[in-house]
Amino acid sequence: MTDAPTDAAPLKQVQIDTHSLNFGPQHPAAHGVLRLILEMDGELVERADPHIGLLHRGTEKLIEYKSYIQAVPYFDRLDYVSPMTQEHAFALATEKLLGIVVPERAKWIRTLFSEITRVLNHLLNLTTYGLDVGAITPALWGFEEREKLMEFHEAASGARMHANYFRPGGVAKDLPAGLEEQIAAWADTFPKFIDDLEGLLTANRIWKQRTVDIGIFTAEQALAWGFSGPCLRASGVSWDLRRSQPYEMYDQLDFKVAVGRNGDCYDRYLVRVAEMRESVSMIKQCLAKMKPGPIKVQDNKITPPTRANMKRSMEALIHHFKLYTEGYHVPAGSTYSVVEAPKGEFGVYLVADGTNRPYRCKIRATGFAHLQAIETMAKRHMLADAVAIIGSLDVVFGEIDR
Amino acid sequence: MAEDAEAGIAPAPTPMQLLADAVAALPGVTAVSWQQDELVAHAGRDGLVALMTVLRDDPRFLFEQMMELAGVDWPERAERFDVIYCLLSVSHNHRLQVAVTTDEATPVPSVHGVWPVATWWEREAYDLFGITFADQPDLRRILTDYGFEGHPLRKDFPLTGYLEVRYDETRQQVIYEPVKLVQDFRNFDFLSPWEAMTSLPGDEKAHKGSAT
Repeated sequence: MTDAPTDAAPLKQVQIDTHSLNFGPQHPAAHGVLRLILEMDGELVERADPHIGLLHRGTEKLIEYKSYIQAVPYFDRLDYVSPMTQEHAFALATEKLLGIVVPERAKWIRTLFSEITRVLNHLLNLTTYGLDVGAITPALWGFEEREKLMEFHEAASGARMHANYFRPGGVAKDLPAGLEEQIAAWADTFPKFIDDLEGLLTANRIWKQRTVDIGIFTAEQALAWGFSGPCLRASGVSWDLRRSQPYEMYDQLDFKVAVGRNGDCYDRYLVRVAEMRESVSMIKQCLAKMKPGPIKVQDNKITPPTRANMKRSMEALIHHFKLYTEGYHVPAGSTYSVVEAPKGEFGVYLVADGTNRPYRCKIRATGFAHLQAIETMAKRHMLADAVAIIGSLDVVFGEIDR
Repeated sequence: MAEDAEAGIAPAPTPMQLLADAVAALPGVTAVSWQQDELVAHAGRDGLVALMTVLRDDPRFLFEQMMELAGVDWPERAERFDVIYCLLSVSHNHRLQVAVTTDEATPVPSVHGVWPVATWWEREAYDLFGITFADQPDLRRILTDYGFEGHPLRKDFPLTGYLEVRYDETRQQVIYEPVKLVQDFRNFDFLSPWEAMTSLPGDEKAHKGSAT
């Protein structure tokens, strides 16, 4: 400093008064157990360092010690807001390695429940996102609607949340009598609820002040940061695995892919609302096109025999015993299988070594990539905007921490 | 297809086959293999960043997105770790896996400069496997506890771990203790003789000459 030429203008000294703020892990707006170390310049976020792993349960390690059937329930417990879509990715990966094709009705049921799960997930996300920025009513309404969908889950699988319903080889059991009519009746009334929800938020002045032009992410940024699902589409990239790489029965359904324009928090909200409307339409199409038939592979080496059959057939009894002790052996190989989960691309990288257990099961958690971008997104935003951004990214820590 | 072969006309290569040929010709790619219908490119560690940059920017590939980085541990191999990069091209609608091998000591070049999303995946692979990444400025642990030791997804790390955590009423604090199990962890061997044993006792003569 002292060596500087004297004729130069004196260096201006700027006092940087940043302070660190510990956001979470026990904060309602942290959506679980996010610990965010924020470096604040007054009210503005300079740096954001998410500390994750507080809900790490070692799912991937546990799966290596379980047979393929025993591994399925772990997937419900990852993103507990959209359980069935995650079982779906694992079921698809295992089926690919086994080289089996599930029957048509099983595919329809999976498509139907994938869409029900999508509505379930978006209802929770949009309403708690509203709660984060000060709107209490949507959460109260939304949870009531969610309860109706949980009942469909319960009717089909026996559990409200941890369904264990999509299994390698098909689904656990057929839909009970009358459920299809109940779902159809719900699908007729639900668009009215979406209208009501939109009436509360879409044109709401406060909601728009809090979300429009907040956390803008361009298409290039979103691609570079590994975004997928509604967060990628909100940035203007028309990419949906259901359309681009169709699995199950999505190639037979007529649906639109909602794409945003600005990539801000408000567009991420609008894309999800539009997706709920499309999901309702897809649920109706599934119900119309479903036909009675087998719901799992008719190979008792992979799927269990019926209970009634076990009472009479020795062979069925042996199959049942072998299936629930040893399980089945999956031929050696590896696959990266993906589904369009409500939050985005959910993938399972599965390595089989020919035994009855996965050698390695890497889970691609959607929110893991989304959460990482928060530092870039929240930079030079107000602290309260960081909360809106977290809400719009739809993070669930069961999935991120695994 | 069969008629084509009889007439001597080679079937037109599929887009995936063309992609496989193009990837195989890239510098740095040692081999290309198929896992069912998924394309896997095996690459060397050196020049990985250059290879990934080509895969992202070349108009034939345009892998704009890195969707996943998976570590796999094969303790019996000399280079025990596989690092699998799952790439996705939104423009061309195709996927590619790039596989690199390494051991505990040798770092893999970091690709965070190609796809910024790689940072957390690399931190995770470092945390759970102990795979190191060169030029990664932020190689901290990510999923395990503060002050955790070891790399839990290695095959030689026990499922039960070494330490357990509980809240101690008398000391009014959370304490760490060595794991105490009331019953030993039971790891059943389900490789039944019906399916796993290729040669049953007494059948030696029948299998004589064939490798077992």
